[in-house]
Amino acid sequence: MRFETAHQHTWRKIKSALACTIAFVSAILVISPLGLVFFYLLIHGAGSVNWDFFTKLPAPVGAVGGGMVNAIVGSLELLGLAGLIGIPVGVLGGVYLAEYGSARINSVLRFLADVLNGIPSITWGMVVYGLVVLRFKGFSAYAGGLALALIMIPLILRTTEEVVLLVPNGYREAALALGVSRWKTIVHIVMKTASKGIITGILLALARVGGETAPLLFTAFGNRFWNHSLSQPIAALPLQIFTYAISPYDDWHRQAWAGALVLVMGVFCVNVIVRILTRGRAASVV
Amino acid sequence: MTTPDRSVLERVEPPAELASAEEPVPACSFQVNNLSIWYGDKRAIDDVTLDIASNAVTAIIGPSGCGKSTFIRALNRMHELVPKTRVEGTVLLQGEDLYSSAVDPTIVRRRVGMVFQKSNPFPTMSIGENVIVGLRLNGVRDRKFLNERLEKSLRMSALWDEVKDDLHKPGTSLSGGQQQRLCIARALAVEPEVLLMDEPCSALDPIATAKIEELIYELKTKYTIVTVTHNMQQAGRISDYTAFFYLGRLIEFGPTTKIFTNPSERQTEDYITGRFG
Repeated sequence: MRFETAHQHTWRKIKSALACTIAFVSAILVISPLGLVFFYLLIHGAGSVNWDFFTKLPAPVGAVGGGMVNAIVGSLELLGLAGLIGIPVGVLGGVYLAEYGSARINSVLRFLADVLNGIPSITWGMVVYGLVVLRFKGFSAYAGGLALALIMIPLILRTTEEVVLLVPNGYREAALALGVSRWKTIVHIVMKTASKGIITGILLALARVGGETAPLLFTAFGNRFWNHSLSQPIAALPLQIFTYAISPYDDWHRQAWAGALVLVMGVFCVNVIVRILTRGRAASVV
Repeated sequence: MTTPDRSVLERVEPPAELASAEEPVPACSFQVNNLSIWYGDKRAIDDVTLDIASNAVTAIIGPSGCGKSTFIRALNRMHELVPKTRVEGTVLLQGEDLYSSAVDPTIVRRRVGMVFQKSNPFPTMSIGENVIVGLRLNGVRDRKFLNERLEKSLRMSALWDEVKDDLHKPGTSLSGGQQQRLCIARALAVEPEVLLMDEPCSALDPIATAKIEELIYELKTKYTIVTVTHNMQQAGRISDYTAFFYLGRLIEFGPTTKIFTNPSERQTEDYITGRFG
């Protein structure tokens, strides 16, 4: 056995320092876009985020002021509709994958859900356009909500499955051994134990689709006014940002920046809530 | 009344010929006849026949992998949770065939409770909720009844004095031994006829173990208890009958004093004296 020479030792230390530096720079590069986005949005958008922005309808072209209240409310309505369809289907599907079903069917379902997760979101807009918008002859909040729901389902399905599988088998056995039926065991023991994880998955899915623009282009379509019926076109924050950003007016550009800032803040808030919900999870896993 | 519905599986008196035998035969709880259990192609239990006495402690001993756990899980059909299990033979509880197609495993498990090796109070529930969860999820709503049963079960599991002021605290805040007694209280709250225990003390320290053993001794006046144990001394201390399993077969079964002092089988003697296993 031969020990390294002093020279080799120095060289090894230099290599170590070099690797450490590269890793540090990479880490900075990873988080810098977030800082950049925030910084840029604050510079351009903060000035236009005011009371009017949250309370007024968009102003006509040329008029000063106006806000995006219809788009903010519209986004919430669309998320509500998407959640109404996407949450039950996603959660129950995830529970099925984790608790029932044969190994072979489950691996097929899991694979399909992963494929669905990879489908570009504009595809969902086209699909819903073909299935709903053309059939009922009109853009609508329903169509937009459905498109968002279809994106949410595989996301929620997979996270639900994962957290339900983390629930130790001992709890299932303990409940079944008390003469509690399978279904009640799953709802009252397993899902309750995994509830934080399930809610986290739902919130993250909502945050993800809340910023989607592409699937809403041919479904919710957008609206410069209040939406009075869910079967009518509806405004959404990302859509409004898109419309304003590609417009030729400086005033609209400023509003687009403000909208983007509000949207990012919303997503940020959801993530903070998730962090709070999952605090102390390291100990209990679920 | 708010007690769980047992009409599906009425208690049946033991057959008359058993009672009228010349020697007074102890009333029997389970009659296991030619029971064999397969997991896929692997035979875990091979042609086991034995009667388990009421109001007595029966200990199942044997080296790891001999089918002890499978055997007691077969007594409340918990082994069915493993996919691809197959059963041959019969298990009668008070004369009723547990495996008959008319019997719902949920009802079987209400009559035959179980305590596991690792204490597993539900982490989302308080101490009190943990005890009555079996009743609550079986549709019992009567608050007064639940409170009475809560106290009674905790007293029976010798935990009442330690937790009566902390019923709202999480069940997982208790010590290991207390958690295991909480699990026993939870199993007792649904008033089963039989209590199965799958190595209930193997994760506990000697003092907590002594408490559980004492508890088992007291509980046998009311319940039939079947316990799996790896601990030979424990089997000798707490049980009235001992069954020795080896490689899925029942090698010897009889009163504990006889098994431990004068076993008929060579394998039993070798195992008990620590020559293998």
